[in-house]
Amino acid sequence: MATFVKFTIDGKECMAAEGTQLVEAAKQNDIYIPTLCNYEGIPPKGSCRICTVNINGRPATACTTKVSEGMEIQNNTEELSGFRKAVVEMLFAEGNHFCPSCEKSGSCELQALAYKYTVLVPAFPYMNPARDIEAWHPKLMKDHNRCIQCKRCIRGITNAEGKSVFAFGKRGHNVMINIDPETSKNINDELAQKAMDICPVGAIIRKEIGFKVSIGKRKYDKQPIGSDIEK
Amino acid sequence: MGNKPAKKIVATASLAGCFGCHMSFLDIDERILDLIELVEFNKSPIDDIKKFTKHCHIGLIEGGCCNDENVHNLKDFRKNCDILVSVGECAIMGGLPAMRNNVPLKECLEEAYLDGPTVTDANPGKIIPNDPELPKILNRVYPCHEIVKIDYFLPGCPPRADLIWNALYALVTGSDLKLPYEVIKFD
Repeated sequence: MATFVKFTIDGKECMAAEGTQLVEAAKQNDIYIPTLCNYEGIPPKGSCRICTVNINGRPATACTTKVSEGMEIQNNTEELSGFRKAVVEMLFAEGNHFCPSCEKSGSCELQALAYKYTVLVPAFPYMNPARDIEAWHPKLMKDHNRCIQCKRCIRGITNAEGKSVFAFGKRGHNVMINIDPETSKNINDELAQKAMDICPVGAIIRKEIGFKVSIGKRKYDKQPIGSDIEK
Repeated sequence: MGNKPAKKIVATASLAGCFGCHMSFLDIDERILDLIELVEFNKSPIDDIKKFTKHCHIGLIEGGCCNDENVHNLKDFRKNCDILVSVGECAIMGGLPAMRNNVPLKECLEEAYLDGPTVTDANPGKIIPNDPELPKILNRVYPCHEIVKIDYFLPGCPPRADLIWNALYALVTGSDLKLPYEVIKFD
């Protein structure tokens, strides 16, 4: 039987099984910690830093931290919200995010976080990087303009033989996520959809199908991200 | 009548935009009757005044800058308006016109006037328009705040009518701006 530990988030007393990932433990206690590179069911990465909280006074990513007895966590502070907003703004300035032309708009996690933190314009200068669109894969389209390099697709999408469909190439700020042309050729529609869904932005788009959900009915049109967790 | 406060003066422009933001502005519906009690329009496509005839309090800019005429217009607005607002995605980040930003200008023009699939016989002289009367196209499309100082930003494609109304009302009356979740959208 699991041992349960007590901890506090913004002063609220919480309880979860020892060793639970902090994002998940918070969720079990109806508290939303925003995430972007984290995805339920795949190993955490801690790369986007959106989920940064203060634990016993020190900043740490909630997706890579396991909960333990007596932890004092600050989540919803003005400072952390400002920091998270800056991360979102940096991601918008770093890529080419043309929301009006993106199929994922309305259901995009990056965009939803921008709405949550009332980003009206990024505070940073646009970098306008020159990036390609790979539209030649039979099932999927990869738009590098929108990719935020969270690597959720690399960690979460494998074909029937367990082979990864996505991989990263290059290093540092030149890193790009590629689709393996061989393994992606024969994936079924279900996996193609899963790949599109696992992408927090519109960098992976399933081909020959699109704009199925009308404006006003998309995931974040009416409900802010995390509102299903916060009660 | 004498103690009625003077109306604020508003100017608007559509630079490299599609006029969708102006259309959305008209979606304030019957509130336009309240608006004309509060403001007077100067240079704007709404009243077709072509040149500034007085200094304005508020300038609303739709569209980014894709040619030298846009830049000239925008600088003119900055000079003649106390407060300048970028309205819509094109003004804020270049928008759809900026999708050409990573294609060299020469290639863009050749595709449009010489090699594109729809050109066919329409351009027998193989001319890329170069009349001195035409504005010169810029190397890329610039968001307005990369050209002049912009004071406020209203995102959306187009910005929701309620967002434009709320912002204009707050600016004109000096009241707090209401920003409910539904009004901030990037599409």
